[in-house]
Amino acid sequence: MSAPRLAVEDLSYGYPGHIVGHGISFTVGAGEVLCVLGRNGEGKSTLFKTILGLLSPRAGALRVDGEPIAGWSPRRRALVFGYVPQNGGGTFPFTVAELVLMGRTAHRGPFAGPSAADRQAADEAIAVLGISHLATREWVRVSGGERQLALVARALAQEPRILVLDEPTASLDFGNQVRVLDAIRSLAETRALSVLLSTHHPEQAFACADRVAVLSGGELLRIGAPGEVVTAETLRACYSVDVAVLPVADSQYHVCVPQAYLS
Amino acid sequence: MTPSSTVFSPIRRREPSSAFGYRAIVIGAALALLLIVVVAVALGPYQLSARDLFAFLVAKATGAASPLPPPAETVILQIRLPRVLAATGVGAALAASGAAYQSMFRNPLVSPDILGVSAGAAFGAVVGIFLSLPVLAIEAASFAGGLAAVVIVYGIATAIRGRDAVLVLVLAGVVIGALFGAGVGLLKYLADPYNQLPAITFWLLGSLAATNPADLTSLLPAVAIGLVPLALLRWRIDVMTLGDEEATALGADTRKLRIVVIAAATLMTSAAVAASGIIGWVGLVVPHLARLTVGPAFTRLLPVSILFGGGYLLAVDTVARTLGTVELPLGVLTAALGTPVFLWLLAFGRRTAWS
Repeated sequence: MSAPRLAVEDLSYGYPGHIVGHGISFTVGAGEVLCVLGRNGEGKSTLFKTILGLLSPRAGALRVDGEPIAGWSPRRRALVFGYVPQNGGGTFPFTVAELVLMGRTAHRGPFAGPSAADRQAADEAIAVLGISHLATREWVRVSGGERQLALVARALAQEPRILVLDEPTASLDFGNQVRVLDAIRSLAETRALSVLLSTHHPEQAFACADRVAVLSGGELLRIGAPGEVVTAETLRACYSVDVAVLPVADSQYHVCVPQAYLS
Repeated sequence: MTPSSTVFSPIRRREPSSAFGYRAIVIGAALALLLIVVVAVALGPYQLSARDLFAFLVAKATGAASPLPPPAETVILQIRLPRVLAATGVGAALAASGAAYQSMFRNPLVSPDILGVSAGAAFGAVVGIFLSLPVLAIEAASFAGGLAAVVIVYGIATAIRGRDAVLVLVLAGVVIGALFGAGVGLLKYLADPYNQLPAITFWLLGSLAATNPADLTSLLPAVAIGLVPLALLRWRIDVMTLGDEEATALGADTRKLRIVVIAAATLMTSAAVAASGIIGWVGLVVPHLARLTVGPAFTRLLPVSILFGGGYLLAVDTVARTLGTVELPLGVLTAALGTPVFLWLLAFGRRTAWS
């Protein structure tokens, strides 16, 4: 059996003198979407930054297609991992097209400007996310949802094998949440991208994820298919609220409703 | 909406105005700079006409005997041209390094003084004047002071790890700048009030009055050397505006990039301060206006900052030496002009400048 796209092995992560999470092990296969749940401060962002190499692991190992990635240069990592940060993009008024083009940084040397191939990859990424009409607009002047789509487009222009999204739907309106999740789902399917995303909405796991991981108390509480993991017991353990997880008609989708609202 | 169903279509990359706009702005700024150069060479106590200058240029180009009287030629070659080149070079250097610092520190409101460069360079020069060193040694001391300040600041920032690297750099720059400022104050207090103090004061206010051809041999090469890495790394500098983590995640080696860009910008600032004394505001306001005109992409921002900065400081210097019977300090004029511009940016900047 071939090695998984991403393997996290007995990982401890955090900052010097402060371990945030420990003993974390899981894998993500090609084309698989893994949704990470956990309460505020549980270290989802820290875990993602450690996987991306922005923070050094305190212990454990990370492998991509079986190869350990410790010691990889930022450029080599960027050719494998695309990252959509929570508050990315900076404050300078680049156009959406210029911002997406920055996703090609790792594909060229430090002195080189974007090639025709770079521009085409950026244009395609913009088109795939349906924001071609925004390409010449200033990034700081488009709406929050459009910004998020632009950051996803930038990560896509990187042509990564693994896409890491830190709360991609935070602060988006309902329609934009649906749009971003749809885009992620369809990218995983059409491009065999492995996707790692975090969210504060357990229901979103049903909408886009193949598997769900729940972090609690610095450990991996549960991991598995959404239907098995997103349960009343797990959510109570994770968030300390009583929730009913109810199926919607004949679909795979479930809604999570706090018990207090039902009585 | 399924994103993959969106039809792929080629995309216009620039904003409607700026594709034509950028070229027009560069050509316009270059022509304006040329015009200011001609006016600056012609103006002064020894008046020269445009026809004189043209005749002089033709004679120099063809190798014929100059039609101008020898004093006119001396004025052009020994006084006016060196000063014009120095003003243009200092303005371009301050604006280019300001643009680089602003991108690097992700803040359109920082200036070349941010890492204590100006304060360090001022301290070096004031020590030189205090010790009654020759002019060249004063300039060397100023240069050394500017570089020393940045090395100290960078050393501190490297020693304090684990926090926002940019924030630590900027705060260390403020602290070290204040320390050097205190050193300058002490030397002013101790300096001979009839001889040294006026020289120190005049130098701290900025002036090109003492410029001679020899100054150019240190200023212009330093500016040229500083510009090379900024021009070569212009695409990476754009990525650095996103912040360390994001730039790293996109594949940029942020630590190396920051060292190279800071070194280049510091070299230019120190050379400028060594040649002209402290001239504030140019490195803050000019890149800002350049960004308003052509956007934040460094590949367009750098050339336009150089042209704007060179033309602006040359115009200000020409006004400074022709307006009154005594020369006005350059730093005073740039501050008087820079303050209203800055206030305007502050008042309307949320819409236009910051974002």
